[in-house]
Amino acid sequence: MADVPNDAPEHCPGTSSDQAGKSSACQGCPNQNICASGAAKAPDPAIEEIRQKLTSVKHKILVLSGKGGVGKSTFSAHLSHALASDDSKEIALLDVDICGPSIPKIMGLEGEQVHQSGSGWSPVYVEDNLAVMSIGFLLSSPDDAVIWRGPKKNGMIKQFLRDVDWGEVDYLIVDTPPGTSDEHLSIVQYLSGAGIDGAVIITTPQEVSLQDVRKEIRFCKKVKIPVIGVIENMSGFVCPKCKNTSQIFPPTTGGAQRMCEELNLPLLGRVPLDPRIGRSCDEGRSFLTEVPDSPAAVAYQNIFPNSKLSHYSKNSLC
Amino acid sequence: MDSSEKGSLAQVKHVVLVLSGKGGVGKSTITTELALALVHAGKKVGILDVDLCGPSIPRMLSVGKPEVHQCDAGWVPVYADPQQKLAIMSIGFLLEDSDEAVIWRGPKKTALIGQFVSDVAWGELDILLVDTPPGTSDEHLAVLENLRKHRVDGAVLVTTPQAVSTGDVRREITFCKKTAVKILGIVENMSGFVCPHCSECSNVFSKGGGEELAKLTGSVFLGSVPLDPLLTATLEEGRDFLQAFPESSTYTAISQIVNTVLSSLDA
Repeated sequence: MADVPNDAPEHCPGTSSDQAGKSSACQGCPNQNICASGAAKAPDPAIEEIRQKLTSVKHKILVLSGKGGVGKSTFSAHLSHALASDDSKEIALLDVDICGPSIPKIMGLEGEQVHQSGSGWSPVYVEDNLAVMSIGFLLSSPDDAVIWRGPKKNGMIKQFLRDVDWGEVDYLIVDTPPGTSDEHLSIVQYLSGAGIDGAVIITTPQEVSLQDVRKEIRFCKKVKIPVIGVIENMSGFVCPKCKNTSQIFPPTTGGAQRMCEELNLPLLGRVPLDPRIGRSCDEGRSFLTEVPDSPAAVAYQNIFPNSKLSHYSKNSLC
Repeated sequence: MDSSEKGSLAQVKHVVLVLSGKGGVGKSTITTELALALVHAGKKVGILDVDLCGPSIPRMLSVGKPEVHQCDAGWVPVYADPQQKLAIMSIGFLLEDSDEAVIWRGPKKTALIGQFVSDVAWGELDILLVDTPPGTSDEHLAVLENLRKHRVDGAVLVTTPQAVSTGDVRREITFCKKTAVKILGIVENMSGFVCPHCSECSNVFSKGGGEELAKLTGSVFLGSVPLDPLLTATLEEGRDFLQAFPESSTYTAISQIVNTVLSSLDA
């Protein structure tokens, strides 16, 4: 049964929830008895369907952070561009931020629509070897709000994994919203058959960010996702006029470096703030090609070939 | 509607949500600074932090890990000051280990938020600010449903200047329209950075998007707050930025925003 059946009431807790059939919202629902008996909680058949569908996907990498606005989507997009610069590789970018999908804009794909065929939904191709899927492509207006509770978001993520015709893919990069909630649990649950290679964690230097990121790292440990490493974004700002560096987001508790030492995790790299990054993202262009000499682009290029991410590619990534 | 129906919010004069579609734009920062400014203006203020996965308010107000007690009227909020002018409730106070992840699906989050709204003994407040996580999902719906018995005066929307942010905030504006929440105005945060060495202003996260968004959507533009390392540093340390740096342009910007919000509440 679907996580939220079509005939379910508004506050349906989801058929796989502990409260299925038992919550006050379930009164009067035609599925109440099925849910209460536990029949709906059998392992979701979609997990096996997704496992089969994704046998053509070699590597799956999640991009996570407990904190919002640290650069997950920016990193996901540019990691995808960098991986796709190798023409022999097929790259897929899946955006599971249902309420705030940034990937279409950052990839220059705003206004694109998704098509359905016999083999499923076709993702949107930004290059011949770089496919993208986001709920952004299913919305008809930039003002459309996706005001969905957890169970409905979970259903969408299931569809993205099961019904999108990804084809043969070397790397599937999954961009996530901040937090440790429905979207994150669903991605882990639905990929439990297909497997996740690991997660890249993004943070900014300050403690207000790190305190959320530590929770995300705990989440990874709990659901047994290997942490490939941590990237410290917005790490210092070099004034374009006087060239002095300012710490706009100060690493008052030692930044990502100290956190990685304490948690025994690799620090994959530090990326400085550069106004041209935001501009490139707004314009839907890769800053790796727009401003390849910028300290931020150089930092990104250093992350890819030198880091554990290169473990997943036989050749240098860029 | 008699006061017994309103429950624990019976003596709360105004309720203002702080929203954004986008993460990391400064909702908690703006909530904290608005609260402190209001306290300095002589108001009794409450902050309800409904970001269950990433609660930032306790650190920003340096309230650490106090215990939350019960009284006859419900949970006693945590006070940031000895005079009890600033009351706070956050899941941050209920976690034994501050690194503990709250890995909850929507229905469980909805239930706790219901308790935060209905079971906290806020007492007499001039204004209750509600700090929210990014998005338009369970937390936001839960807050509005539980505040249905009590009037919600409106929402302050926070954005950064660039299009990737305003793109999400447009959706939040739609959320407000659909849920009949009045938009008190839009704040453009991280609006320009003045280099402390040479005073050159850099538009780190672009410029002007907040004001354009306000024009586009017919909303009030409350003002711009610059990117200020002194602000981020004092928040990190849980210190009162407004007391520490009253001469700064950031202080002026925040004060103007507070005055505009107060005028719209009293109107």
